[in-house]
Amino acid sequence: MLVLPSIIAIAFYLAALILVVGVAGKILQYARTPAPLKIPTTPAPTTRSGTILRLAREVVYFESLFKASKWTWLFGWIFHAALVVALIGHLRYFTEPAWWPAALVQGIALWVGLAMLVGLGGLWARRIFVDRVRYISAPSDHLMLALLVIIAGSGVFMRLFLPTDIVELKIFTLGLVRFDWQTIPVDAILLLHIVSALALMAIFPFSKLLHVPGLFFSPTRNQADDPRERRHLPRWTPIEDRSASASMPDVPAEPSKDSR
Amino acid sequence: MSKEKAFEAPPIPPAPQIPALVEGAMSHSRPFVAEPEHQRALGFPGELVDDWHDRAIEKMGDLLHRYRGFRVFLDACVKCGACTDKCHYFLGTGDPKNMPVGRQDLLRKVYRRHFTLAGKFFPKLVGAADLSEEMLDDWYRYFHQCSQCRRCSVFCPYGIDTAEVSMAGREILASIGMGQKYSNEIIGKVHRIGNNLGLPQPALAHTLEGLEEDIEEETGVRVRLPLDQADSDILLVTPSADFFAEPHVDGLIGYAKVFHQAGLRWTLSTKASEAANFGLFIGSYENMRKVALRIRDAALDLGARRIVFGECGHAWRVAYNFLDTLAGPLDFLDPKYPAPQHIVEVTHDLISRGALRLDPSANDERRVTFHDSCNIARASRMGEVAGGQFALPRDVLRSVCNHVFEMDPDATGERTFCCGGGGGLLTDDLVELRVKGSLPRMQAFKEIVRRHRVSHLVAICAICKSQFSKVLPFYGFTMDQVLSLHQLVGDAIVLGER
Ligand code: SF4
Ligand code: SF4
Repeated sequence: MLVLPSIIAIAFYLAALILVVGVAGKILQYARTPAPLKIPTTPAPTTRSGTILRLAREVVYFESLFKASKWTWLFGWIFHAALVVALIGHLRYFTEPAWWPAALVQGIALWVGLAMLVGLGGLWARRIFVDRVRYISAPSDHLMLALLVIIAGSGVFMRLFLPTDIVELKIFTLGLVRFDWQTIPVDAILLLHIVSALALMAIFPFSKLLHVPGLFFSPTRNQADDPRERRHLPRWTPIEDRSASASMPDVPAEPSKDSR
Repeated sequence: MSKEKAFEAPPIPPAPQIPALVEGAMSHSRPFVAEPEHQRALGFPGELVDDWHDRAIEKMGDLLHRYRGFRVFLDACVKCGACTDKCHYFLGTGDPKNMPVGRQDLLRKVYRRHFTLAGKFFPKLVGAADLSEEMLDDWYRYFHQCSQCRRCSVFCPYGIDTAEVSMAGREILASIGMGQKYSNEIIGKVHRIGNNLGLPQPALAHTLEGLEEDIEEETGVRVRLPLDQADSDILLVTPSADFFAEPHVDGLIGYAKVFHQAGLRWTLSTKASEAANFGLFIGSYENMRKVALRIRDAALDLGARRIVFGECGHAWRVAYNFLDTLAGPLDFLDPKYPAPQHIVEVTHDLISRGALRLDPSANDERRVTFHDSCNIARASRMGEVAGGQFALPRDVLRSVCNHVFEMDPDATGERTFCCGGGGGLLTDDLVELRVKGSLPRMQAFKEIVRRHRVSHLVAICAICKSQFSKVLPFYGFTMDQVLSLHQLVGDAIVLGER
């Protein structure tokens, strides 16, 4: 029967398409929207390379979150770090021979999955038990956590109790990449794992998961603190100029040097 | 007309405390709405327009296209809660809509409803909501309970700046006819007369002459406070509060003594007799630009070669970050100096070059601590390196005063707490909010008073000074416990020989 693998394959392509096109669209939208004024949160780096480092610190160790709340930071960081390792590990299903870092992760895959669950559990507990965080949570915030718990939980479950037929799975996944569809192991937990991961990909561009590209476009973080050294010019002129001042400076035609 | 409720200043806790949520605790707090004439003077409709809903949504769409930050901030929040206990208005009131994310959500819910797929199809699920009359009221109330101090943006993992959101919210409100009286009336005065107080040229000249006489009487030295003097080296742009109110005016005397001792030719200007730019507070690029252009005009008219700003927090933000963008290029100024400069930079530079003779023992009866103003701390810089906005004023303070103490690091530097009166909230119709919002600062101050018998809070912002004068008595202090940094400088300067 090729119905099931076909459905999964189509869902896979669809989810990947939504993810890539959706996020690319958002990135384009952010990039095209001007940042008319200098608004870095200071103290900020005074150079371009400094801001790249600042962003790197935000990405790698969540610098601002660390300042804010040690518990949220701890659980959030554990979750994200484990997620990255898990994603790297999963690349072995799409590369032949398996990409070496992906193969390397195999040894600790179970622990990575458990770490993800610990991180998610901590974050969810905060969302439920801290009154301030509960107040700001919408149903979708809980659902997002539920979805991630299902993904991580089903992965861990398969590791521990129900090893799925990895060889057959890999034939299927490699087939996806090569556009040569193969059969997939019929295993409820595996399907749950895959379908929920695809769902996550598909909602990415429409949800708060946009925090990933968002960080890089956040003017308070990506602007250098150099307004006196370098004139910052908006890419638009005030649409409705009410100032009609006699000495109105020419609005220079050259594009912003540092519109970020 | 006043519907001010009696209220009590919250007790100062022995240590910083996060309050439990009290929904609606501040829902009665709203500033007066601008009169039609004040609205129209700024190019806004006089009163709430009939089709306010559609025009508000349209304006939101316009802002989404104009400000990348605004759009990113509305998309990126993950509701992690990191910012929830960072706002002084939340800490002082417990109202969940004063949590930065709670405040943003008032706008974000409507954004999701109208501008995102998820919100269009599953509003309940993603917490999207229509712009109802009730929501509009909440916007007006809670976007006027944000002093745009950016403390939340320090802690947000994506740098989400609630100040940007509340500015956008206020711009939408003004554009449908619901501007705020205090800010809009003041911007009108600046456009018309040149300063927030509506002080005309003769009154200003008279005040300055009076100050010159006072200084001469006290010191025996004729220190000038020139007005509209052409061909000066320096145009000083300072908040108009400096011209008449305590403790501001002592700061102005301090600047004058610094310039005098350094032998610098400087002038004030009638046209730019105001550093403040409330266009920032109402989120209006056009108004902010118009106010900023005055300064350029004044500098050109007077042939000034440097522009120096007096002690004012948001004015320094606008000057440092936006002036060149809004009213530049500033290439007609002397390239040897940063344009514009802060008075603290000037004084710091003179002190480090030994150009001022100082006697810090003149301030020996004062035991002081320094209050970092939010806009200077988190929205600007002084000097060459990042963090100069913290180091320079402290260096100056230490060279003019022997007893300087630091408050809790969680309440200074980039984590400083707003005085509670910034962002266009320094008005009597918001006194309760101002008193409650100053709680975290008062807590830190009380602690340092207890530990080091500190007598004064030193500030470099006109709003901070006015606000502290008002709220200190609510917490068992006296209104004269706030001082200008340049008052201490002025008192320590040995006039005469250089
Ligand atoms: S900018 Fe300041 S006042 Fe406004 S929400 Fe953030 S912390 Fe509160
Ligand atoms: S810290 Fe930032 S991401 Fe977290 S809830 Fe506050 S605004 Fe949202």
